Amino acid sequence: MNQWFAHTFPNVIYQGWGGDTGWWTAIVQTLYMTFWSAIFGGLLGLIFGIGLIITAPNGIAPSKTWFWIFDKIVSFFRALPFIILLAAIAPVTKIIVGTQIGTTAALVPLSLGVFPFYARQVQVALSEVSGGIVEAAQSVGASFWDIVFGVYLREGRSELVRVSTVTLISLIGLTAMAGAIGAGGLGNMAISYGYNRFATDTTLVATLLVLILVLVVQVIGDILVKRLNHK
Amino acid sequence: MTEEPIIKLDNINVTFHQKKRTITAVNNVTVHVNRGDVYGIVGYSGAGKSTLVRVINLLQEPTSGSVIVNNETFFQATDENAKKTIIGGNALRDRRRKIGMIFQHFNLLNERTVTENVAFALQHSPLKDEEKKAKVAELLELVDLSDRADQFPAQLSGGQKQRVAIARALANDPEILISDEATSALDPKTTNQILALLKKLNQEFGLTIVLITHEMQAVKEIANKVSVMQDGEIIESGSLLEIFAQPKEQLTREFIETATNIDKAIETISHEALVHNLKDNEVFARLSYVGDTTDEPLITGLFRDFNVTANILYGNIEILQETPVGSLLVILSGESAQLKAALGTLRDHHVTVELIKGGQSL
Repeated sequence: MNQWFAHTFPNVIYQGWGGDTGWWTAIVQTLYMTFWSAIFGGLLGLIFGIGLIITAPNGIAPSKTWFWIFDKIVSFFRALPFIILLAAIAPVTKIIVGTQIGTTAALVPLSLGVFPFYARQVQVALSEVSGGIVEAAQSVGASFWDIVFGVYLREGRSELVRVSTVTLISLIGLTAMAGAIGAGGLGNMAISYGYNRFATDTTLVATLLVLILVLVVQVIGDILVKRLNHK
Repeated sequence: MTEEPIIKLDNINVTFHQKKRTITAVNNVTVHVNRGDVYGIVGYSGAGKSTLVRVINLLQEPTSGSVIVNNETFFQATDENAKKTIIGGNALRDRRRKIGMIFQHFNLLNERTVTENVAFALQHSPLKDEEKKAKVAELLELVDLSDRADQFPAQLSGGQKQRVAIARALANDPEILISDEATSALDPKTTNQILALLKKLNQEFGLTIVLITHEMQAVKEIANKVSVMQDGEIIESGSLLEIFAQPKEQLTREFIETATNIDKAIETISHEALVHNLKDNEVFARLSYVGDTTDEPLITGLFRDFNVTANILYGNIEILQETPVGSLLVILSGESAQLKAALGTLRDHHVTVELIKGGQSL
């Protein structure tokens, strides 16, 4: 078995397990980037998504100005191709994390790349919470924060998990590009060590690992959505 | 001294500005609701009923007018550009808790159980946790849903959902309940159950109810006062009996017709041979009356005193607030002079006589 593997996937073996170019390192880098940019980008996206909902004309705190601000910021970052954002944001990255390259440096563009996508997803998810329910909450004297947390986020919970799953999967896709600024990861493995060196077996294994990661996220997401939804 | 109305809406205007148009949803409406009233507001969709009732708890801020609830000014502005007084923030939220509201589509929190839905209304209540628990249990008992406490709204029928909504609306012991088409999405049987529950709340707890609906049937069941709304204006108001017995406006008649079907009966009966071939000494008439002017003795009296026979073709008697309101379609036959005298007697007994066919000479 081992012999067959070594014979069929020589480049995969060559990459090794640990070390700078190893598989384990790549997996950890992908997970690291996905996790932290999901936290930062997710939080930012959630805030913008909620902002878009509550300041909308039919929201609980309608404001043309704030809605315009949220909307335009989200649209702007959403319009930037990620690979360009990755490069263009470098000076800002340097200010925030002290370096422009490496896995941690990639967190800044990744967070900024994923937040507008998530903000729109959150906006759609929360817009499905019926205005009638919000009104009923107001009629029993619920406060602003009661409505944000107790109605929007609570009622939209399963929808939020669903869009988070979608976002997380697209974020895994973005981490693959982060290799361009030396962030490593499975995407980088597939391109730099696989594709660029004609090591098709490396590309194949890296792709498979990304697929497994996506699949795991999807399955967990689906289970959670099912469990949380009482509609 | 008579008691002040619990809800005083005076000269309420609500206008919405869309890009280039101004839409007047409520136009100079004045409504006073007394403590203990069940006040029905009837109108077709788009008449402005929902907008009007939302002014009571300021879910809809009026453009101008004054809103006084329980002798407290919630809103006051003489016109759109005038300085306005409005109750706000915590005070408003606190007052809203004393004005329960139920909706056509129930508007329950789907991700919370029945108990949690009712408890949601109590989150700012001064009650201790134990007391809140007891209160929720008591409310669920009241609406007869104790056995559903841990279920989610999706597991309930429409009528059960509305009862949860009623329990939630009553959580903070309100004095006023606003019902926004609360029975419109329910089947007739369930509608009657909900109306019976509302009636019980009104009678046992003195709850003042403002009921908006497009179903005259619902109003007929429980209201004691009625306003009819059209195009943002109230076109007719009065006690339930006044409105039913003597509707003035065409729209009011239309609504009453939906509850009595008398016009349809006239239409059908007019094609019957008896009416179609009406003889010279006969009239086809509609007799309407309110109260204890019971039909039997009067009609027997017509024969006894005037030798006029009455052939009753259709009858509809409603009991509104324990008072019978009747409509009879009859063919009266007799000598011309006698007929005339008979009709006079009927009118003397406060029976409204409407000649539908024949009797040109009378």
